[in-house]
Amino acid sequence: MRNAFTRTFVYRNPSVLWFLAALGLFTLGVTVLSEGFGIGVISTSFVKTLGKTLCLCLIAIAMDVVWGYCGILSLGHFAFFGIGGYAIGMWLMYARTEGIVVTSLAAQSIPPTPQEISDAIGNQIFGVVGSSEFPLIWAFADSLALQLAMVVLVPGLLALVFGWLAFRSRVTGVYLSILTQAMTLALSLYLFQNDSGLRGNNGLSGLQNIPGFDDVPQSTISIVFFLGSALALALGYALFAWVVSGKMGSVVKAIRDDEARVRFLGYHVESYKLFIFTLTAVVSGIAGALYYPQAGIINPAEIAPIASIYLAVWVAIGGRGRLYGAVIGAAFVSLLSSWFTGGGAPDIDLGIYVIRWTDWWLVLLGFSFVAVTLFFPKGIGGLFDYLVRKQ
Amino acid sequence: MTLLEVSGVSVSFDGFRAINNLSIQIGEPELRAVIGPNGAGKTTFMDIITGKTRPDEGRVLWGEKNISLLGLSESQIAMEGIGRKFQKPTVFEDQTVRENLAMSLKNPRGPLAVLLHRKTAEGAARIEEIAEEIGLTEHLARRAGVLSHGQKQWLEIGMLLAQDPRLLLVDEPAAGMTTAEREHTTDLLRRAAQTRAVVVVEHDMEFVRRLDCKVTVLHEGSVLAEGSLDHVTSDQTVIDVYLGRKDA
Ligand SMILES: Nc1ncnc2c1ncn2[C@@H]1O[C@H](COP(=O)(O)OP(=O)(O)O)[C@@H](O)[C@H]1O
Ligand SMILES: [Mg+2]
Repeated sequence: MRNAFTRTFVYRNPSVLWFLAALGLFTLGVTVLSEGFGIGVISTSFVKTLGKTLCLCLIAIAMDVVWGYCGILSLGHFAFFGIGGYAIGMWLMYARTEGIVVTSLAAQSIPPTPQEISDAIGNQIFGVVGSSEFPLIWAFADSLALQLAMVVLVPGLLALVFGWLAFRSRVTGVYLSILTQAMTLALSLYLFQNDSGLRGNNGLSGLQNIPGFDDVPQSTISIVFFLGSALALALGYALFAWVVSGKMGSVVKAIRDDEARVRFLGYHVESYKLFIFTLTAVVSGIAGALYYPQAGIINPAEIAPIASIYLAVWVAIGGRGRLYGAVIGAAFVSLLSSWFTGGGAPDIDLGIYVIRWTDWWLVLLGFSFVAVTLFFPKGIGGLFDYLVRKQ
Repeated sequence: MTLLEVSGVSVSFDGFRAINNLSIQIGEPELRAVIGPNGAGKTTFMDIITGKTRPDEGRVLWGEKNISLLGLSESQIAMEGIGRKFQKPTVFEDQTVRENLAMSLKNPRGPLAVLLHRKTAEGAARIEEIAEEIGLTEHLARRAGVLSHGQKQWLEIGMLLAQDPRLLLVDEPAAGMTTAEREHTTDLLRRAAQTRAVVVVEHDMEFVRRLDCKVTVLHEGSVLAEGSLDHVTSDQTVIDVYLGRKDA
């Protein structure tokens, strides 16, 4: 028994256990303090903020694996996050609109035909972009199972095709970063168009209402999503910790440090990059699918190139090449960001000029990024290493 | 038998002929030293065999079936059984000596096999054996980055041995080594060459003398002379272009 445990992955990686324990305690604490399941100290909207933060932590560890461990500075992973959000958003919007339409048509004396119902749903959803036809990509929107499959398949396939083309041509370094930026820019520009089939710049909205659970209050739904996000983060963390440990981790880090040398050892570097790129894209898609029902709305601005750059900034500030660093970076910076931009931070009156944090937060973030890059290349997570080594 | 046959190979960089109609044959087992002045094309010769540089013309044939290496990628050539040590020691400094060796061990190289790989007793024993051979037993758990220059050279030779290749290409292994380290290195290479082909590029004549093997002299991208060390060092053209220049 004892022997069996000592051979398990977690035993050999106690930091994973520590992280899971900390996450478990945090989750329990928030649940007990929440309005939905506890004593109501933490507001529902703050529970949603925390749940969204967990999703951002999940995409941050994906970013850390692809960049910090494998050395691919992808500046396009938020595109996968957004695709995951759109995929689940389509079902949420369709099913909810269908419910509303069916109820209102049921009041008529003549029962509505399926065509009438479909037209009415189309009108409701696509009226804002002057259309009522269902575009082809909505073909499976009525099926939760299929849309959930798309959360995984669409980011995975996009990453597979994009990565195959890029890695096969041995595009690396800054050129690859630019290429990934172009990918996310192209996707966001496409989605901004009214005839994209995804409601243009209106995006998808009302996603916080879960079809079939109309009577359940948001205070409860928020906790369910919060717990779901925590579970996803825990699983993602364990998965990635496993991937970057052992021999796979060795090869992946070796590719980061000297990919040409790895080729001469007989490893097909491109397959490894493709594997890591695609796996992290899939996890990013899942993170997005959990995030947007808590945000309530998704629109093309979410996957603007800058979002993916922020992601890299979080990971850099948190500390590349250590998963907990990415979690710290994403949680710390994104929460601080909503505090500053949400008017939480008091403005500073200098007499001749008032520093409004809503405007100046980005400048502060920029300076912090430069300072971390120059003076603390290991980020906040590096502090842990320092403290552990001092003991 | 002939393991590697390079014939009529030429390569130019921006019009400059670095390798010029070069032909060399390597047997199995064999220990071969390649010498020549700086810029003679010794490293480029290894680049061509390992797929890093594509020649403009010529053939590179390998093994019993005489397959051409020119159509293969770097990783495929490595999997064919050709290992290489670079002129500048390149080990993975962030990882331990053991991890460096484990990564090089002859095992399946696909992502799935590597992901599901479990440490085996044979693998661990093989790592111990190689560490013993390269004198790094005490250092297995240390980061490769903290090793001395000579130890990094040995680690890289150890990584080569771990791959268990049929042909080892070793580019200037003794650079930056003390006399004692050099002697250890020659012993290592000679032992390795008992069962396989080893090609060593080296500048240092004393080192080459200790290797005690057939010598090929490269000059301006082609073979100038070939034979025992005494034979080539008494060759007048070799004295003129190489030894003569060195003395001057
Ligand atoms: N990638 C390259 N681009 C341009 N010139 C090169 C390249 N590689 C080698 N050379 C040139 O080819 C010649 C042979 O180089 P090299 O094989 O490194 O010599 P050696 O290893 O014998 O000292 C040198 O003149 C070098 O400058
Ligand atoms: Mg050289």
